[in-house]
Amino acid sequence: MNSFYRGLRSGVPIALGYLAVSFSFGIIAVSLGLDAPSAVLISALTLTSAGQLAAVGVIASAGGYITMLISQLTINMRYAFMSVSLTQRLSPRFRGVLRWLLGFYITDEIFAVASREEEITPSFFFGLSLLPHIGWTLGTLVGALVGGILPEAVLSSLSLALYAMFVAIVLPAARAERSVLAVVLVAIALSSLFYFLPPLTAVPSGLAVSISALLAAFFGAVFFPRTEGEVEK
Amino acid sequence: MTGFPIYFLILVGSTYLIRALPFSLMRGTVKSRFAKSFLYYIPFAVLAAMTLPEALFTTGNIISAAVGLLVACAVALFSRSLSLSAALSSGAALITELLLSFFSRG
Repeated sequence: MNSFYRGLRSGVPIALGYLAVSFSFGIIAVSLGLDAPSAVLISALTLTSAGQLAAVGVIASAGGYITMLISQLTINMRYAFMSVSLTQRLSPRFRGVLRWLLGFYITDEIFAVASREEEITPSFFFGLSLLPHIGWTLGTLVGALVGGILPEAVLSSLSLALYAMFVAIVLPAARAERSVLAVVLVAIALSSLFYFLPPLTAVPSGLAVSISALLAAFFGAVFFPRTEGEVEK
Repeated sequence: MTGFPIYFLILVGSTYLIRALPFSLMRGTVKSRFAKSFLYYIPFAVLAAMTLPEALFTTGNIISAAVGLLVACAVALFSRSLSLSAALSSGAALITELLLSFFSRG
């Protein structure tokens, strides 16, 4: 039981960070037209930041089911990579239902903490995941309730918050590594073509984003293949 | 909001499976350098392609959106906080919009 409490303690800072981010998610979801129960349900069962934000964007613009699927698969593909890397450190006690439940809790931050363990036990891992899950859901509820009473001008400005978060994720990485910068510039160039160049503007925006991203990452993998140390980080 | 239950099922189902399936299917590690590099770059590429140029047209006013995005870039130069970037960027966009409507009226 000791490792459960150690997990809980490690989850406290993550939960506090999640409260703030999911609060913004709740506000954004409501500003895009979702109701509070839908926003909370999405947070409680999805537990991703960029994926959820993209999802409410697709729902709000009636972007289509295929677009939803492709946007989720491309944005969340990194989780598959994290899961693959965690399979190397799992305690043999992760069996059956526990092994299936584990996947639900793979987020950037939980992965970051869990990957520091030599061997990940179920009690540590679920202790670690509990508070962030509560924080993420609770923050969304409060944000959605607050968002419902904000004036129109404020909500329209807040729709930019989502993109500001994306900038905060991408820019530091692009600054640190020229390869990431190159990939980012290619992705922006391609998505701009889809946005402005007449025959391509017919492509639905979610699909355009996915194609741009896949091509840009392909470009990166061809021209800037990463060495072992860089990938492991 | 038509079709919400179906959107919701696709969202929850795909997000869960992409994280959970590796634990049941994968018993080894990804060996290919190309695949590893591709997986490393994909999140940045997705976020960048989602942000530009789309974000310039979200506030209904390209100037306030541009100011907000520039502020987000400036914040990202000295902080990795998502919430700080979100708050200052939307704040800057709101102030810009209020100023613009004030001057266009006057």
